[in-house]
Amino acid sequence: MKFEASALLSGTLFGAGLALSQMTNPAKVIAFLDVTGAWDPSLAFVMGAALSVATGGQIIQRRRRPSANGSTSPQPLASGGVPAAGIDAQLIGGAALFGIGWGLAGFCPGPALASLVSGSPRVMIFVASMIVGMGLYRFFDRVVLLRARTAR
Amino acid sequence: MTEFTPVSSAVGGGLIGWATSLLLLANGRVAGISGILAQALWPGSGEARGWRFAFLVGLPLGASLVVGLQGTLALEIEASPVELVIAGLLVGFGTRLGNGCTSGHGICGISRGSPRSLAATATFMLIGGLTVLLMRAGLAGRL
Repeated sequence: MKFEASALLSGTLFGAGLALSQMTNPAKVIAFLDVTGAWDPSLAFVMGAALSVATGGQIIQRRRRPSANGSTSPQPLASGGVPAAGIDAQLIGGAALFGIGWGLAGFCPGPALASLVSGSPRVMIFVASMIVGMGLYRFFDRVVLLRARTAR
Repeated sequence: MTEFTPVSSAVGGGLIGWATSLLLLANGRVAGISGILAQALWPGSGEARGWRFAFLVGLPLGASLVVGLQGTLALEIEASPVELVIAGLLVGFGTRLGNGCTSGHGICGISRGSPRSLAATATFMLIGGLTVLLMRAGLAGRL
């Protein structure tokens, strides 16, 4: 229960931070990406503040013993359970596809989930499509990437 | 057209930093939302889903607290339903292929000093900006 409670508190803080900074508003995210238009640099302030606090958290985590919490590995693992690779085509290709979707709608996963509180059918359309996209990746990973890995 | 809001952005961003730090220190986990969502829906063998669902429920819950305090939640969606479907599919597929999104790569990864996350963040910011540029140049409304 302890892990569930801390995760719930973390998610709640995250959602409150997204709503307070208006990152839940797609128009605000698109206004940041629109550097040649009426540019709104707010997102950079959100990232800057988040990064400065998160870096403090990382420093504390590094000074602790690995057994101090439920951590099984200091480095997150790639989706297939294999250790994360270097900067490869899969990373850049995935980030590029994500970037197209992000620029198209102004939603990334966190703000989309937090915006569900609005009850807007458009947010639900986006979230449902995002889950379908994740499911399509699972299929792609099993059929195409697994074949490529075993062919090597 | 939105207004520059440096103070609420910095305060909100700070809360996000506390959130990722809490999950890291208390659970030993990276607050990558796309990964948490995917693994809550399709858990790997021996993977716990309870904390993932708890985290995900917190996101709209936290937003609702701000709505309670402020009275409103600005939500201006320019994209058409078809654009939302295409965007959702790309965000879902792309974040799994690239193993992270704005939270996992942009905040957690960069704060850990990960070159992969820095490269991913630079890529999605650049491509996101180019996409907005193309939409503004006349693609908008045609989808």
